[in-house]
Amino acid sequence: MIALVPLAAEEIQNPLIPPIPELVIGLMAFAIVFGFFAWKFLPAINKVLEERREAIEGGMEAAEEARTEAQSVLEQYRAQLAEARHEAARLRQEALEQGTALKEELRAEGQRQREEIIAAGHAQIAADRKAASQALRQDVGKLATDLAGKLVGESLEDHARQSRTIDRFLSELEEKAEAAR
Amino acid sequence: MSDATTLAFETDCHIFEGCGFPTPGLHSFLFKPMFTVGGIEFNKPILLALLSSVIVIGFFWAAFSKPKLIPGKLQMIGEAGYDFVRRGVVYETIGKREGEKYVPLMVSLFFFIWMMNIWSIIPLAQFPVTAIIAFPAGLAAIVYVLWVSITFKRHGFVGGFKNITAYDKSLGPVFPVVMLFEFLSNMLIRPFTHAVRLFANMFAGHVLLLIFTIASWYLLNGIGIAYASVSFVMVIVMTIFELFIQALQAYVFVLLSCSYIQGALAEHH
Repeated sequence: MIALVPLAAEEIQNPLIPPIPELVIGLMAFAIVFGFFAWKFLPAINKVLEERREAIEGGMEAAEEARTEAQSVLEQYRAQLAEARHEAARLRQEALEQGTALKEELRAEGQRQREEIIAAGHAQIAADRKAASQALRQDVGKLATDLAGKLVGESLEDHARQSRTIDRFLSELEEKAEAAR
Repeated sequence: MSDATTLAFETDCHIFEGCGFPTPGLHSFLFKPMFTVGGIEFNKPILLALLSSVIVIGFFWAAFSKPKLIPGKLQMIGEAGYDFVRRGVVYETIGKREGEKYVPLMVSLFFFIWMMNIWSIIPLAQFPVTAIIAFPAGLAAIVYVLWVSITFKRHGFVGGFKNITAYDKSLGPVFPVVMLFEFLSNMLIRPFTHAVRLFANMFAGHVLLLIFTIASWYLLNGIGIAYASVSFVMVIVMTIFELFIQALQAYVFVLLSCSYIQGALAEHH
């Protein structure tokens, strides 16, 4: 320390006055750095940056193209879908109409058959009734004849007997009807 | 005792041992020549300056010499640095169209200065090259010559003179005085402050680091150890702070260079 102070004192100069060797070598050192940057590094990297920019822009163009194509395909698809929907609606409508017509037809047919059946039933009933009334008429005639015969066959003097006969006849008739049932 | 910067570590003397604090000072910025080539004495700052060139060129050689469309890690870092100076400084101040020409200068200035500053905290080197006024002065001189010549080339002699002196008749009778001040400010003070701003920042930073480093060693005795530990914490804090200042000062130097060129290109100030 003691030895150093005089040594420093004799060498120390104003720190703001640049020593020439440092100035020259500093400038040279910088010139070399600048040279490398100006003629080698920056042209090389700028070229690549430019290429990258172009690549990105090219990529964007391709993407744009793909997007447009996708858009058109989508439009096409949508149109087809709409058409298909329309067609489906039409078919459904048609089917509905056909179904309705068929139902109407079937209903009409059923109605017709029912009426036929009813008509046949009525005819049958009428025929039966006719046959029955005919048979009844015959029976009644016969019965009347029988009754008359019986009434005539019995002595008519006795009113009581007469009425008894009638009662008997009627009960016979009832029995007959009972048995016939 | 040959090297002033290693003084504190060679004296091996601590507090309470009867020796004073080996204060760092201007002598800390003087270096004995290590060897002489062709009449030029090479000392530590000169070697570090040359090494800065080698490292900057080496890094960008590795990063940019075979650039790829899809960058590797090194190229990505290089591109980030390049883009920072190009877009963040040059385009911002001068503009893209006129600034493009000055991009190589600004990029090389930035990385060269930054590297020279970084030596401040690299073990064994531990000296900011820009704390020797010759280095910032040389670089400031380049910028000075450039913007002055641009001014006269762009505006002619009279126009250039008007540009530098901020010629403005609307100021009234004081305008000659303003012109004088502007002339002095731009032609004399500007290059000086441009160089000294960088120099003084790195100089002061180095002195601060030296004070705390030397103190950490010097106080290492008895009760002084408690103070030494505080001093050592300060060394670490200042190292981190210097790391920030190194980049900031490189940035400021380049930003000012761009702003001077922009002023030279512009019509009147």
